Amino acid sequence: MSNRAAMLDKLDALAAEHAKAVAGGGEKYVERHRKRGKLLVRERIELLLDQDAPFLELSPLAGWGSDYAVGASVVTGIGVVEGVECMVIGNDPTVRGGASNPWTLKKVARAAQIAAENQLVTINLVESGGADLPSQKDIFIPGGAMFRNLTRASAARTPTIALVFGNSTAGGAYVPGMSDYVVMVKERAKVFLGGPPLVKMATGEESDDESLGGAEMHARTSGLADYLAVDEQDALRVGRRIVARLNWRRAGPAPRPGFVDPVLDADGLLDVVPEDLKQPFDPREVILRVVDGGDEPFDEFKPLYGPSLVTGWARLHGYPIGILANAQGVLFSAESQKAAQFIQLANQVDTPLLFLHNTTGYMVGAEYEQGGIIKHGAQMINAVSNSAVPHLSVMMGASYGAGNYGMCGRAYDPRFLFTWPSAKAAVMGPAQLAGVLSIVARQAAEAKGQPYDEAGDAQMRAYVEQQIEEQSLPFFLSGMVYDDGVIDPRDTRTVLGICLSVVHNAPVRGADGFGVFRM
Amino acid sequence: MIRRVLVANRGEIARRVFRTCRELGIETVAVFSDADAEAPFVREADAAVRLPGNAPADTYLRGDLVVAAARQAGADAIHPGYGFLSERADFAALVEESGIRWIGPPAEAIASMGSKVDAKKLMADAGVPVLEQLDPSAVTRADVPVLVKASAGGGGRGMRVVRDLADLPTALAEARAEAESAFGDPTVFCERYLETGRHIEMQVLSDRHGGVWVFTERDCSVQRRHQKVVEESPSPVVGDDLRRRLAASAQRATETIGYVGAGTVEFLVTASDEYFFLEMNTRLQVEHPVTELVHGVDLVERQLVVAEGARLEGEPPPPSGHAIEVRLYAEDPAADWLPQSGTLHRFAIDGPVRVDSGVEAGSEVGVHYDAMLAKVVAQAPTRAAAARTLAGTLVRADMQGVLTNRDLLVRILRDREFLAGRADTSYLGGARLTELARPLADPADRPIAALAAALADAERRRRDSGLLPGVPAAWRNVSSQQQTRRFLIGGTEVVASYSCVRDRLVAEGVDVVSVEPDLVVLDVAGVRRRLPISRQADGVWVGVGADQVRLRPVPRFADPAAQVAAGSMLAAMPGTVVDVRVAEGEPVARGDVLIVVEAMKMQHTVHAPDDGVVTVLAVAAGEQVAAGAVIAVVTPADPGGQS
Repeated sequence: MSNRAAMLDKLDALAAEHAKAVAGGGEKYVERHRKRGKLLVRERIELLLDQDAPFLELSPLAGWGSDYAVGASVVTGIGVVEGVECMVIGNDPTVRGGASNPWTLKKVARAAQIAAENQLVTINLVESGGADLPSQKDIFIPGGAMFRNLTRASAARTPTIALVFGNSTAGGAYVPGMSDYVVMVKERAKVFLGGPPLVKMATGEESDDESLGGAEMHARTSGLADYLAVDEQDALRVGRRIVARLNWRRAGPAPRPGFVDPVLDADGLLDVVPEDLKQPFDPREVILRVVDGGDEPFDEFKPLYGPSLVTGWARLHGYPIGILANAQGVLFSAESQKAAQFIQLANQVDTPLLFLHNTTGYMVGAEYEQGGIIKHGAQMINAVSNSAVPHLSVMMGASYGAGNYGMCGRAYDPRFLFTWPSAKAAVMGPAQLAGVLSIVARQAAEAKGQPYDEAGDAQMRAYVEQQIEEQSLPFFLSGMVYDDGVIDPRDTRTVLGICLSVVHNAPVRGADGFGVFRM
Repeated sequence: MIRRVLVANRGEIARRVFRTCRELGIETVAVFSDADAEAPFVREADAAVRLPGNAPADTYLRGDLVVAAARQAGADAIHPGYGFLSERADFAALVEESGIRWIGPPAEAIASMGSKVDAKKLMADAGVPVLEQLDPSAVTRADVPVLVKASAGGGGRGMRVVRDLADLPTALAEARAEAESAFGDPTVFCERYLETGRHIEMQVLSDRHGGVWVFTERDCSVQRRHQKVVEESPSPVVGDDLRRRLAASAQRATETIGYVGAGTVEFLVTASDEYFFLEMNTRLQVEHPVTELVHGVDLVERQLVVAEGARLEGEPPPPSGHAIEVRLYAEDPAADWLPQSGTLHRFAIDGPVRVDSGVEAGSEVGVHYDAMLAKVVAQAPTRAAAARTLAGTLVRADMQGVLTNRDLLVRILRDREFLAGRADTSYLGGARLTELARPLADPADRPIAALAAALADAERRRRDSGLLPGVPAAWRNVSSQQQTRRFLIGGTEVVASYSCVRDRLVAEGVDVVSVEPDLVVLDVAGVRRRLPISRQADGVWVGVGADQVRLRPVPRFADPAAQVAAGSMLAAMPGTVVDVRVAEGEPVARGDVLIVVEAMKMQHTVHAPDDGVVTVLAVAAGEQVAAGAVIAVVTPADPGGQS
């Protein structure tokens, strides 16, 4: 199978998984929701956004491979409202009433992190039955962060807006409660700490939904609602008007206007990644299909030194970036030191960094250990960890071992991390990992003088290999919210362009200092 | 010799007269109302004098001001054009008395033809066949249908056809009111109404020495509401014998009244070649260009030299070929000829035709005066060839901003009945009118226009937004639905759906070839369509083939506070409220006349939409109303009778 055919197959599979998220709770619940005269969550978002503005949905595959629905009963993403890039978080009430499960929590927390790091206005489209009670042990304690994040965002001068379309009760009542602006839909919004049955149990008081938490009551009596919307469209209209009056200013520098398309065609990205990741590919093939074109699209830094890592300067949608891209998979001492220097240079001139992953990790073996590969790898990880310019990561192919760390994997807090369908990430390759286990087991057997079960070993290796393979695949990683989404490689420029624009809502400033570089 | 001519008129006829003046080396003076201050005819004149105000009665009908303007600007002659003061004997007399040369017939000749009642008598005495005149008070059931006409009228104003005797009083009242408002003379009369017939007219030109030229006839049978729409020469139904008889009658009519200058004797011709004198217009006609093209003569030039005392020698130049003129109006033939107003964003009629227009791209088409934008005239060796040339040119005309009767004109010029020469005065009516008034644009093209507008807007937004200009419009990494835009085309809502696939916009059923903010190219069913788009204050305009479709974007959100109450009556067009027949709080029955609005010389009545009570009355007589303004609200009576 050609690289292209293999990639297209994977993209078909991706589209099928995305379709599951879009389908929400399935036909029956979608139909019931519509019959109530309600808009689906993505319809709400479409109306909220500026006409024809883009929307970058985040973590659409959250919960993939779990017992919960793909998408985790919430939609998060960055869209443009009244010319302002906003973090939009919308419950999907067709999925178990929009109840939050552990994956919902992870996904919303990630959205809150992105909003905080990039200083985005947050708009919550609220309609949720609260916590998914059977999984409360995984939700209740950590779930408090959701409300903490909202008020911290407010304190950080990034306004928060809640448009309440339906249920927002018990703990959920604190979403509007902690938001700066609250819009409630007449006869639909229901916001109370305890509903009629709970109130009856607690105090014996007879009450009803409207007097406890109706939109009219909150708009006229409690004051929790700042605006009373006549219907869903009206709530979205009011929400847009609120954003229009935020007088939003971006803190980061503006891009250079008049940029041109890349020198190479994006379509060629389908051909670049070999299906077998053992074969390296030239990342310049990717860079020149992603960055702005022109006479000098990519100025390579230290091209003759540490050639297994390509570093250099470019622009993307007019924003300056420094790029680090793996070339031959393995990171040696030279590559590590080159990376550490390059990251410092980018920080010196406040330039965001893009990491293009295709690494099998740092080189192992006596020669390299003795040459100081740990020290040099540590220099790179130090630089990545303490760098203060925005980082963007794209996992194109392999991202194994500490190479994932050095290349700014998820734990190193890149502002955004997207994955190509061809990517794999794990502590090491599945075959290697199974082989290591096999060797260790064989040694243990030998030490005890026991005969080694060869048949069992083969079975164990096959099982482990398969399990690791599955767990290193993009859908799985995305399901764990270890990335911000799996993207079509041809969309890479667009996605990174949006990300760069988003990160410039916050000031872009390099680090003043790094950890001690072990020499 | 005339040195400087003031044209006591506006628009295309002023430009028309100026053109000949320039050719002859005569200087030109315009007069203009406030609404016309920016009009091309004002700009093109060597000098221009303002007539303050807008209403014709304050401006172009003020003979005293016009004469004063001529003095002020040093004009030594006045050309009246047509309409306005052109057939006012008192004005002709005033001009002559003030020592300024009058380019028109003597005041007495105008006076003798000015009263249609008197004119018919004069003609009958001279042996010219006339239709018997009926006393409005003596009309019986046997006489109907009858035509009510303003004695001082012209151009269809103050005319009413009465087919049922019961309608006569209303028709008389309306005709009197319209005549009073248009001509300052409410006198009306009745005559037998010939349902079918041909309107044939003879152009005459007389010098001061008894010389008379009678030109070949014009056929102006294609009329709407007694206003000419298509005029041609020669007539497809007039044979040599009839032509000779008509010419002889025209000559006799001219000589009887001692006529000088250009004039037109109008006849009604029956299917059996009988003919009756209708009236004589003592001025240049709107449709004079067809005679000019067929005879190769400049009638304005002839008017000027005759006014200077020259003799007309021999016969007029012989006719050759066929000429057809159409009047391009800003009106909606499909909506009872409702006049249209607004900004003419684009206006270009290019082709082997003569275009006499009073407007240009950017002109405001207002409510104060006649809604005629231009006359387009083609000449060819044969009638069919002239019709084809004219239709082809009109189809290609680039007009945008104001709805016109262009499509109707094209359909007439391509209509089998018209081409067969069978269009009589009843031609533009009934089912045929409905058919001919259909827009040329295929209704199936509306979604195409809407899609093109939506795609172009998407691309424009992307480019114009300072944010994310490099990101394709409507880009989604997870696609969940189509983007939709809603537009109103006329009163119909059309929805355009499209989506972004990676880096390009796509839509179902078409291939999107390219999208620019001002040009969208689509492959529709294998045919490549170029759809130019322009955005104006009044909507998005999309060129679809011959048509310019106006799309008004429907806002995505309606502010609930801005909704119009049910039972509201909106002004269908801009105009002046002339009569308010109800008061606030008054009960009304469905169909009651509440308010009369006059615009562009037509009166439109606003009826109660339902039984109920007038709860809002937003206008008073004499007020101006804008199109779409709420003028009154009738709150329906409770259908159950409870309250």
